[in-house]
Amino acid sequence: MSELDRNADVVVARGLTKRYAGVAAVDGIDLTVRRGEIFGLLGPNGAGKTTTILMLLGLTESNGGTIQVAGADPMRDPLEVKRHVGYLPDAVGFYDNLTARRNLRYTARLSGLSRDEAETRISDALARVRLADVADNQVATYSRGMRQRLGLAEVMMKRAELAILDEPTSGLDPQATFELLDMIRGLKADNIAVLISSHLLDRVQAVCDRVALFSHGKVVLEGTVGELARQVLGGGYAVEIEATGPNLPTLLAGIPGVQRVTDSGDGKFQLVAARDIRAELGKAIIGAGGSLMRLDHIEPSLDTIYRHYFEGDHGAA
Amino acid sequence: MARRSGSVFTGCGTVFLKELADHLGSGRMRILEWLVLLTGIGAVYTAIQDLKTTTSQDPFLFLRLFTNAHDPLPSFMAVLGFLIPLVAIGLGFDAVNGEFNRRTMSRILAQPVYRDALLMGKFFAGLATLAVALVSLWLLIIGLGLIMLGVPPSGEEVMRGGAFLVVSLAYGGLWLALAMLCSVIFRAPATSALSALGLWLLMSVLWPLLSRFLTEAIFPTTQLTLLTGPSYNQIVFQQMLARLSPNTLFAESLLGILDPSTRALGPVFMTQLEGAVMGNPLPLGQSLLLIWPQVTGLIAGVIVMFVAAYIVFQRQEVRA
Ligand SMILES: Nc1ncnc2c1ncn2[C@@H]1O[C@H](COP(=O)(O)OP(=O)(O)O)[C@@H](O)[C@H]1O
Ligand SMILES: [Mg+2]
Repeated sequence: MSELDRNADVVVARGLTKRYAGVAAVDGIDLTVRRGEIFGLLGPNGAGKTTTILMLLGLTESNGGTIQVAGADPMRDPLEVKRHVGYLPDAVGFYDNLTARRNLRYTARLSGLSRDEAETRISDALARVRLADVADNQVATYSRGMRQRLGLAEVMMKRAELAILDEPTSGLDPQATFELLDMIRGLKADNIAVLISSHLLDRVQAVCDRVALFSHGKVVLEGTVGELARQVLGGGYAVEIEATGPNLPTLLAGIPGVQRVTDSGDGKFQLVAARDIRAELGKAIIGAGGSLMRLDHIEPSLDTIYRHYFEGDHGAA
Repeated sequence: MARRSGSVFTGCGTVFLKELADHLGSGRMRILEWLVLLTGIGAVYTAIQDLKTTTSQDPFLFLRLFTNAHDPLPSFMAVLGFLIPLVAIGLGFDAVNGEFNRRTMSRILAQPVYRDALLMGKFFAGLATLAVALVSLWLLIIGLGLIMLGVPPSGEEVMRGGAFLVVSLAYGGLWLALAMLCSVIFRAPATSALSALGLWLLMSVLWPLLSRFLTEAIFPTTQLTLLTGPSYNQIVFQQMLARLSPNTLFAESLLGILDPSTRALGPVFMTQLEGAVMGNPLPLGQSLLLIWPQVTGLIAGVIVMFVAAYIVFQRQEVRA
């Protein structure tokens, strides 16, 4: 592979379309995933995330548009794409009667690794997902979280340029989700680009460098979480405070730069401002004889952004 | 269809080895092996009892082990015609839908291999398993014969035995490919197994009857035919119909190869028998020529079934 290709984007899709019986499941989307970034493909169930992923892998034929994945066209050269892309499918399954190690050995051999190379990579990957101790147990004995981690080990073992993870956290408890997301960050540390799909927007937003929000087969928003927040919430800088004092809502609304105040009860308020107004806020509350218990800048959640977007004039479409 | 690059066979060997290990170690295979073993030994044992008393002069004593029938047990040959499909279906009915149901299919197909490799690897693993089972059974029979009859098989008998193995494998391959086709078409293993077994029953039990009824419907019995017997056309037609069933092809092939005195597998004219000494055995080469069309038919059937499975599989959505 040439130096030029190395620096190019891992995924470039333009006008990608897939119709099932005339109905568009994916409707002319554009996607770009850069080398080494974690990209979130987010949206509710049935939005077209899995369909998009299958087209990227060449497992489903598209009905229109162009795709380049790891420098190859998955329609024309699926094997080349599959050599450079690791895939953790939605609800991944293994051969229950085989051990974890044997399961990985099979896919390692299928992906063309030599016997020795496969063994070292398998041991490495299993250690990284903390399954080394149970590597020689039958997969039948594995919990959902362990299976998910085993799937991630398979992706790691491939040392791909791009890892595609479809709903990796679905069905996991918060602790298991946290651990898995941490391991996904590890992929990024190896300079592997990650495309992660999820319907749980808030859960994965923390690990994503950039996200694309899906709705009904279309990408409605794309960018970093901060960019989307500015775009949808009107460039707001969100602050949450916990304070007491006379007539606080009026006081807060009167501070220059504050655009919106929401009283969430129990002395908690959420403010949206045009810029960072934390210093002025503090002064104003104390000056008015109130007391300030807490003052936080809050990252807007993707859920809020998504809901806000559809409550606005885009929702009617 | 998009242009493809890379070899179709990449990964085929890996799939083959995994599936073979699965088959040979599976409980399902154990059960099928015991079934074949017990029925086979039963049939051969009674044959040996017969042979001990009757023919000590027979030059093809060993082959009689396969063809001798002793009421109420059928001959070993007939038992195989019945059991080989059962084993083949047992090996193939969940080949493809099993991967979907275990949700391993998308993981496998995300590796750099074509779907052909998966299908082919599975097919040849099934075939190899059948071969292992058949060869062990064959050796067992020879061993039993040696011990109980006390004469070794002749060179020609061993060669005919080898041909028997090849024919049986082709027959098993046909049912294996058919079972795999069912496993591609039906997502539920039970449905797949049931439809394959249904076809097996149709072919082995119902088809001989059906082909007779159909023939009688087309060539109705008249005053004349009552006197002269069925016409040549009628006999040929009924035989053609019967040969649509792989069971017929298999039975005819085995008859030709295991009974050297078989001179023809259809209606025979007196002119063809000129100079022939009745009951005299045919040389091996002639026997092979005789069954060649039947064997070709079986192999063609294997290919048709496999290609059909391939085409349906190729069009299938990966997600379950
Ligand atoms: N094989 C199929 N046949 C018909 N419609 C399908 C098929 N697969 C998916 N769809 C439809 O395509 C849409 C997108 O599905 P999917 O990509 O699975 O969404 P997501 O992964 O975002 O939940 C859904 O409305 C679904 O019903
Ligand atoms: Mg999905």
